[in-house]
Amino acid sequence: MADIATKPLSLQDMILRLHAFWGEQGCLILQPYDMRMGAGTFHTATTLRALGPEPWNAAFVQPCRRPTDGRYGENPNRLQHYYQYQVILKPSPENLQELYLQSLVEIGIDPLVHDIRFVEDDWESPTLGAWGLGWEVWCDGMEVTQFTYFQQMGGFDCRPVAGELTYGLERLAMYIQGVDNVYDLAFNAPKGNRPGVSYGEVFLENEKQMSKWNFEVADTDSLFEGFRRAEEECRRSLDANVPIAAYEQAIEASHLFNLLQARGVISVQERASYMARVRDLARGSCEAYMAKFKDEWAAKYPEWAA
Amino acid sequence: MSAADFLLELRCEEIPARMQAGARADLEKLFRREMDAAGLKAGAITVWSTPRRLALIARDLPLATDAVSEEVKGPRTSAPEQALEGFLRKTGLAKDQLTERDGVWFAVTEKPGRATEDVLAAAIPAIIRAFPWPKSQRWGAASIATDALRWVRPLSGIVAILGEDLVECEVGGIRSGYATAGHRFHHHGEITIGGAHDYADKLRACHVIVDHAEREGMVREQAKAAAAAAGLVLVEDEGLVIENAGLTEWPVPLLGRFDEAFLDVPPEVIQLTARVNQKYFICVESSSPSKLGEDRKLANAFVCTANIAATDGGAAIVDGNRKVLAARLSDARFFWEQDKKKPLVQHAEKLGRITFHEKLGTVAQRQDRFVALVDAFQGQLADAVPAAKQAAAILKADLVTEMVGEFPELQGLMGGYYAQAENLPDAVVASVRDHYKPVGQADALPDEDAAVLAALVDKIDALVGFFGADLKPTGSKDPFALRRAALGVIRLVTEKGLRLSLGQLFDAAAQLYRQQGVEMESPSADLLAFFADRLKVQQREAGIRHDLIDAVFALGGEDDLVRLLARVHALQAFVGTEDGANLLAGYKRAANILKKEEANDQTAGAHGEGVVPPTGEEDPLVLVDDPAYRDIAAQFAHPERTLSYQPEPAEAALIAALDAAEPQAEQAVAAEDFTAAMAALASLRAPIDAFFDQVTVNDADANKRASRLGILSRFRAAVHKVADFARIEG
Repeated sequence: MADIATKPLSLQDMILRLHAFWGEQGCLILQPYDMRMGAGTFHTATTLRALGPEPWNAAFVQPCRRPTDGRYGENPNRLQHYYQYQVILKPSPENLQELYLQSLVEIGIDPLVHDIRFVEDDWESPTLGAWGLGWEVWCDGMEVTQFTYFQQMGGFDCRPVAGELTYGLERLAMYIQGVDNVYDLAFNAPKGNRPGVSYGEVFLENEKQMSKWNFEVADTDSLFEGFRRAEEECRRSLDANVPIAAYEQAIEASHLFNLLQARGVISVQERASYMARVRDLARGSCEAYMAKFKDEWAAKYPEWAA
Repeated sequence: MSAADFLLELRCEEIPARMQAGARADLEKLFRREMDAAGLKAGAITVWSTPRRLALIARDLPLATDAVSEEVKGPRTSAPEQALEGFLRKTGLAKDQLTERDGVWFAVTEKPGRATEDVLAAAIPAIIRAFPWPKSQRWGAASIATDALRWVRPLSGIVAILGEDLVECEVGGIRSGYATAGHRFHHHGEITIGGAHDYADKLRACHVIVDHAEREGMVREQAKAAAAAAGLVLVEDEGLVIENAGLTEWPVPLLGRFDEAFLDVPPEVIQLTARVNQKYFICVESSSPSKLGEDRKLANAFVCTANIAATDGGAAIVDGNRKVLAARLSDARFFWEQDKKKPLVQHAEKLGRITFHEKLGTVAQRQDRFVALVDAFQGQLADAVPAAKQAAAILKADLVTEMVGEFPELQGLMGGYYAQAENLPDAVVASVRDHYKPVGQADALPDEDAAVLAALVDKIDALVGFFGADLKPTGSKDPFALRRAALGVIRLVTEKGLRLSLGQLFDAAAQLYRQQGVEMESPSADLLAFFADRLKVQQREAGIRHDLIDAVFALGGEDDLVRLLARVHALQAFVGTEDGANLLAGYKRAANILKKEEANDQTAGAHGEGVVPPTGEEDPLVLVDDPAYRDIAAQFAHPERTLSYQPEPAEAALIAALDAAEPQAEQAVAAEDFTAAMAALASLRAPIDAFFDQVTVNDADANKRASRLGILSRFRAAVHKVADFARIEG
């Protein structure tokens, strides 16, 4: 604690602190899912593991892709690719709020200097057939974390309920470092005669090129074809009773849909129908996952079967 | 019997601010219900809330319920043995347990009083389980079971103390105790509560103001003071006071400044950004009035409400909040500047891509119809047509601007700002800005005539479109807000005193849809019936009787709401008089007799066939089946001048009165002097009363009978010239 009072954490040190903290709390420290996705919630460690009665505690960084949020590197707050820090604890522990607040202290936020507030914000993902109650956590008026008690996933009641924390890493780091432009963030700290590297040095060029690709270059025929194939492959996987593989195809379809949106080739009317198709894939995968393990779980957790 | 104060605290994770007032009321209601059921009468009940707790204090709760003695009366002691046996079976008692009084057996059971502590121990879990949160959740390990406890957010503790004694109870694994928690950051560890007497003070010592009203007062006063200390005036906002008090246990309003350059952005945008997204108050320069008004000058300041007394006096909090607001305002300014780069006409080109409704084309097509429909307005609004027409072509252009994309509630208002920035004429600016008005019964109407016209065109086009496409509101479902649109038209027309034929406007609007290839029957008749209903609802508040509105609408063909209401008003005044009430009675009697007669005629078969009264139509058969003409037909079928007998005096008097009243009423109606029309009807009251007193309608002489029925029919027709009295209740 002593050093952070004088020097704010770099982005990577912040992540390391969070890993150390949640690891101490008994969480698995997982790595990002190796697919393009719009939010950390899509990681199987969250979605699929929220299903069923088995305890599950994990923390991980997940890169998120939101093609329509790209601004060619010109907006200080908006990115088409950014990081979320996800924590999922099932069942939700009694002291989840306290643990979360401790984690903020760990990364250098003093709750007697900064105003931390839990402001009602219920979460819903129609795509995943999921919803929960919770808050957005404010730090001096800025939303830094989404805090949710999952009530349903894939259309199934969460029994038991999982608590999910999603930290916006860039935002938090900008706050801690007192930086107004995301590209000015210190990604790491200088060491000896080696200067620190900024977020812009790592990602600015990516943002420029990927914004251009998302909005202007990506071949829409391939994207449409990709969507169709993902949909088909999801169904084949469901038929073959490999729901995790099916779920991956749902993630793929979801991202391709987002790219098609960024390319502006999906009309308002079509939009609803594409969303419904993605939802059917995701829900179908969750259902198949449940069905596959239902008997095993019921045998192990009689109170769950009831 | 002795009594004690009872304290209940239900602690949980942060309760949404908007739910706290309802939760307080529900807690009190449920508690009273439980106490009433147990027969316990408490003194004053106080309920408090913070984001993390609901608390209830009931004063002077008796420590036990009263003992009750229940007495059931049995048979007389002299009654046969079987009666006594039956009574013993029923009560489950033996004979020596009965009491005898005045020769009758009584079964008396004494129910001892219950300790209030026991009543409460059962009541608390019952209250928690029955609590009607608008949204509730499960949590924790217990949520593996299907019947897990639900609460608004995880429930973490229960304090229940009667006097100084713990009321022991348990719900969902949480046991009651003396311990509670103080402020989340200012106090660590448990606080032991002694009872209702020290609860609020102990919490206060641990940085929790448990009384929400006190916190509201702190936010209200300290926010005002913070603004005053900066030489500014707070824009008061009671909604924000309550919300901020609901988000804090230790509210500390703090004033911050934002970059003055943001003041270029319209003040409504700044206020909305600050209020909705950040829950901040805004301030105006002290020379401005403190209420929102045209001449206020927004200051570059905000007041946020922190939940801590920060160790640095709040400097870091203010700085952080300033940055968040700056980021949001720079988004808003970016939108404002981007949007102004193009004139609204150019923005409007994008409306071709926005679907109004799948059956009704695009918003661009809508605007084309607006432009054409403006021409249908003549008379009082004729002078406003050119400005309204110019506005009609850009009326919805702001929907595709960035700012309205971000803040949909600013539609119209932003269009007005952009129109102003382009230096369009004031009347055009006002039309674009105000055409959504009035949004409800209480909303102001536009001032400019052109804006009134634009507002009418927008609403009439929507009403005709959705009715024409058979997408009418049903029951509680009104997805296109058509009731509000109709109410808007009613208010604009009646409060501005606009004389216009709604039916013609509906037809013109329908024709414009057809010209764009949208097939529709004219929905005029449906719409007028819909308007009649809305008018009844709207006028109820003004004390206008719905049946009188029906009575005038039923005449048919009236689509001028101003004239219609004038007639209704005169009618309401008239039926309130003695003449009116008696005439109504006379009318109902006449109508009943005629109705019976007409029913007989129909069952009598085809005897009237071939007797077609002259109606003024080229084809005499054209109106034969129209009930509205039955009276006219009757009149011609029994011309009064050819009476073949000496009429009785009352009969002759009624004929004479009708001869005089009919043209009077007709002329008065034509001149829209409805009071005079009522007066003409009033002149019939004495003659019709006398007629019923002295003349037998159902005379044995068929000729007399037919003639008298004819007179009644004439009377009914005369009344119908003013209103359909059959619709009037009473």
